[in-house]
Amino acid sequence: MGNSPVARLTAKLLLWAVAMFAFAVFLMPPLYDAFCELTGLGGKTGGPYRATEAGIDESRTVKVQFIATNNGEMPWDFEPLAYEVRVHPGQPQAARFFARNPTDRNMVAQAIPSITPFQAAQYFHKTECFCFNRQQLAAGADAELPLVFIVDRDLPRSVNTITLSYTLFDVTESTTEPVAKLN
Amino acid sequence: MAHGPAKGIGRWIFTTNHKDIGTLYLWFSFAMFLLGGFFAMVIRAELFEPGMQIVRPEFFNQMTTMHGLVMVFGAIMPAFVGLANWMIPMMIGAPDMALPRMNNLSFWILPFAFAILASTLFMEGGAPNFGWTFYAPLSTTYAPPSVNYFIFGVHIMGASSIMGSINIIATVLNLRAPGMTLMKMPLFVWTWLITAFLLVAVMPVLAGAVTMMLMDVNFGTSFFNAAGGGDPVLFQHVFWFFGHPEVYIIILPAFGVISAIIPAFSRKPLFGYSSMVYATAAIAFLSFIVWAHHMFTVGMPLTGELYFMYATMLIAVPTGVKVFNWISTMFRGAMTFETPMLFAIAFVILFTMGGFTGLMLSIAPSDIQYHDTYFVVAHFHYVMVAGAVFSGTAAVYYWLPKWCGKMYDETMGKLQFWIAFIGFNITFFPQHFLGLAGMPRRYADYALQFADWNMVSSIGAFIYGAAQLLFLFNVIRTIVAGKPVTEPKTWEGAEGLEWTLPTPAPYHTFSTPPEVK
Repeated sequence: MGNSPVARLTAKLLLWAVAMFAFAVFLMPPLYDAFCELTGLGGKTGGPYRATEAGIDESRTVKVQFIATNNGEMPWDFEPLAYEVRVHPGQPQAARFFARNPTDRNMVAQAIPSITPFQAAQYFHKTECFCFNRQQLAAGADAELPLVFIVDRDLPRSVNTITLSYTLFDVTESTTEPVAKLN
Repeated sequence: MAHGPAKGIGRWIFTTNHKDIGTLYLWFSFAMFLLGGFFAMVIRAELFEPGMQIVRPEFFNQMTTMHGLVMVFGAIMPAFVGLANWMIPMMIGAPDMALPRMNNLSFWILPFAFAILASTLFMEGGAPNFGWTFYAPLSTTYAPPSVNYFIFGVHIMGASSIMGSINIIATVLNLRAPGMTLMKMPLFVWTWLITAFLLVAVMPVLAGAVTMMLMDVNFGTSFFNAAGGGDPVLFQHVFWFFGHPEVYIIILPAFGVISAIIPAFSRKPLFGYSSMVYATAAIAFLSFIVWAHHMFTVGMPLTGELYFMYATMLIAVPTGVKVFNWISTMFRGAMTFETPMLFAIAFVILFTMGGFTGLMLSIAPSDIQYHDTYFVVAHFHYVMVAGAVFSGTAAVYYWLPKWCGKMYDETMGKLQFWIAFIGFNITFFPQHFLGLAGMPRRYADYALQFADWNMVSSIGAFIYGAAQLLFLFNVIRTIVAGKPVTEPKTWEGAEGLEWTLPTPAPYHTFSTPPEVK
């Protein structure tokens, strides 16, 4: 029946099914990431940011709150040294987080940031962050993890408080390197 | 050239006859219906009283998961594919399905898929326990080792569904008898044609979702793993992009069955045929753009919630057209109430109730209250059980005399209907109350204030389960010892090509196509 209408239709439908599979695996994840990046949905922040000389907007003060959470069974002590700071938009601000590995084995962690409200996500820039890399702590060791950020001058007027939350994941067992741009 | 079926077991293994394959699908789906029903009985027995009585919580989670998977993919979907195999060629005047060998393959891989899925119950770590929606990371990072068998099983089911639907599309578009234009096709054929297009579009997306899970579990990717830059919410988007069309895949063929039965027993043509076709197409289109109403609690922006809320409510319009047309068909008809008609009328009433609770759930601000409670469980059982299962039962009673040339026992059929109808409502109506009072779904135990309605619900479930055994008995009794019928039209008011054929339908029908005027 090689070229019969049934064979042609069947081939087209099979092709359509394969295309939908490819759409789900190869297109939906990047589309979703692009959409989230564009809108700030999901509260993901961008990668390393190069500061620009845009000046400091001293007419406004924005409150930035820090939250540190451990994912699942992650045993580290993990908390911000200051729970909140007030910054002017455009002004680089440093903050530090404390982390301690209380276990008797070397561990590797990855912090994943999230911004609330999500409208602020694309206006929150980090020039330096411990979340850009994995953090390794030997058994019983502790560290102060650095973060430098700038709140963009274009932050919508309706946003007065930004909450930056870090969730710490245990990635000791994981072999693949994270994609830096997604942090 | 006309010859009968082959002898022995080989007839069933090597068959390419649409009637044989339809029969295989129907029996397989009934076996799965009993298996999934058994899981439901375990669930309801455990929930009969607060506290842990019969099973461990881990096993309870496996039961809810397996119940959902087996019922959706093993019972309801194959049942309607079976009906399509039996009825579509007979309804459009075709000698068989367009791709008979693929038809054989698409059925025979199904038992393997479910054998793989069921075997996980006996594995170390147990069966899948993450719910039939298998949200990541519960189904990836925290899944039992058997998750790989689950993924492989879903792949096979998906392949079977895709082949089955390609076959249906090819049959309907290429093998219609001369004169059978698209707008003369019975609605069951129309609803199945549209359903098949939905299946070809979204089953590959489900396959994609489980493939990404497979990669995350075994190959270190991070599609859904936040620690590696992925996002668990992405899983929900991919899943429901498949999952919402899936609920219409389940219900549209049921609409087709009801649109055949109600005119037959009202002795009137179907009211508003073309509006039925357009409403079906509209529902199918809308099903692709409303998926995130299952995810109102993930933290969507207000605009997103509003869009998905209004788009979802829009589906009530074409669905309302359908319900209106069924009622208008019955209006001033010379109605009689044989078993298929009883199930069809119950379908219209109960499905409409399920539709209304669906509207309640579509309201984003109140959904945040109802989300993941027994209200949702009640809602989707009103549309899945009283919708799909009732219509499947109606279809079997309606066409059984044509299939086997024997009449079922009407008294037993009506008895089964009333037991099922009452049992169903005792089971699921109280679950609305439980949900509104805040009882969360998928837990093996509950707070004391939910005890009374849970006991009522469990009693109802046992009654409803008993009705299915009566159904099985009635069907077997009909085949073995039913009163023979020979007139082509079993039902006085039935219309359509299938009723022009001799009863029982010969092994080969329409070898020369009929002329449709």
